[in-house]
Amino acid sequence: MRLALLALLARGPAHGYELKQDLEKLLGAAYPQPNVGQIYVTLGRLEKSGLIEGEDVEQSGRPNKRTYRLTDAGREAVQAWFEDTAEEPRVRDEFFMKLALAPESGMADPIALINKQRRQYLNTMRDLSKLAAAEDRDNKISHLLIEGAMLHLQADLDWLERCQEELE
Amino acid sequence: MSDAATAAPDVPIVRAEGLAKTHHGEGAPVHAVRGVDLTVRPGEFVAVTGPSGAGKSTLLHLIGGLQRPDAGKLWIGGERVDAYREARWAVLRRRSIGVVFQFFNLVSNLTVADNVELPALLAGASPRAARASRAELLAELGLEGRERAMPGELSGGEQQRVALARALVNHPALLLADEPAGSLDSKGTREVLRLLSRFHQRGQTIVMVTHDARMASAADRVISFFDGRIADDARLGADDTRPGDGGTRPGAGDGRRGRRGGVSRVLDLKD
Repeated sequence: MRLALLALLARGPAHGYELKQDLEKLLGAAYPQPNVGQIYVTLGRLEKSGLIEGEDVEQSGRPNKRTYRLTDAGREAVQAWFEDTAEEPRVRDEFFMKLALAPESGMADPIALINKQRRQYLNTMRDLSKLAAAEDRDNKISHLLIEGAMLHLQADLDWLERCQEELE
Repeated sequence: MSDAATAAPDVPIVRAEGLAKTHHGEGAPVHAVRGVDLTVRPGEFVAVTGPSGAGKSTLLHLIGGLQRPDAGKLWIGGERVDAYREARWAVLRRRSIGVVFQFFNLVSNLTVADNVELPALLAGASPRAARASRAELLAELGLEGRERAMPGELSGGEQQRVALARALVNHPALLLADEPAGSLDSKGTREVLRLLSRFHQRGQTIVMVTHDARMASAADRVISFFDGRIADDARLGADDTRPGDGGTRPGAGDGRRGRRGGVSRVLDLKD
């Protein structure tokens, strides 16, 4: 969330709650919404590391609200973030280890593990379909996020199929 | 209808016992279906998934009488059908089993309207009733205004919707779908999926073969087929691997709550 907040602040100063709302609007219902406390904590840390600067703004009859703006160092951090490519997703490591170690341990049947895992993926796929159906049609970013998650799951399911073919 | 497949609600739409089919071609015989037991109850939406060559299409063809089993028993709507000859299967399919295929299989020199009306007429509907059913279904499937088009003038997604209308025009108790989105783009796939879900919600019993997990997850039961056998038979949304999270209610909040795993995890953008 650190860099997402910094990137949002590249547009101009904002306070914590605004940033939370902006994130929600941009990413839609599909994105597990950050709680506002988490955002304030992150903003505090970013300020300490000099990437943003906070300023208290007085409000009549209410506590001050703190508005943040990006520093030069913060802008550089965002720039570097965009320049970096992201890491590849990893093969399901924990499940892979279970599959590899099931016969060694003699405590689990690999095919039963695969079937159980497939059920979980299919249920998640189903939840994602429901999420997609419930999401605002015009929110392209949110739909792309859901579709990406579905394609990853599809790949995981294909891989389970390969495991089953090989191990059966 | 007093047909086999529209019997009392507690009678399974499909019941198979020890169903087997071996293909004899060049080379070694292929045991496509090896002793399958299966029951499909009214209103179920069952997806059959598995690698290509696992025999899932053969299973579907056996259920629809498009191929004959070498062994085993098969009941459709309580009626024993495994010894039926082609003529009786044709009648049964016309009345009780709709089929959609990957490549649509529309009659290319008939209009969209005629493709849909033909099975109704063959089943004994009056021309007027056939027209009415056709009009209703085409409207429902978003194909109004395409009645006079020839299949070749339509997109793949539209052709599959016509095929769906044709399959459903006689209100069959069972809809069989063999890779219904297998030759469609992602928009066409979503469209077919949406329509199948809609008919399912109205009570249509569906058995669908698919390699696409997104399609399969629209079903409420997923059968994993490997090497001619059922490897797993899972009921979605009420799974015992996820206690306390039925996962059946729609809406943004529900899916995210799972224990470890589930929607929140696959969507989480890690920092």
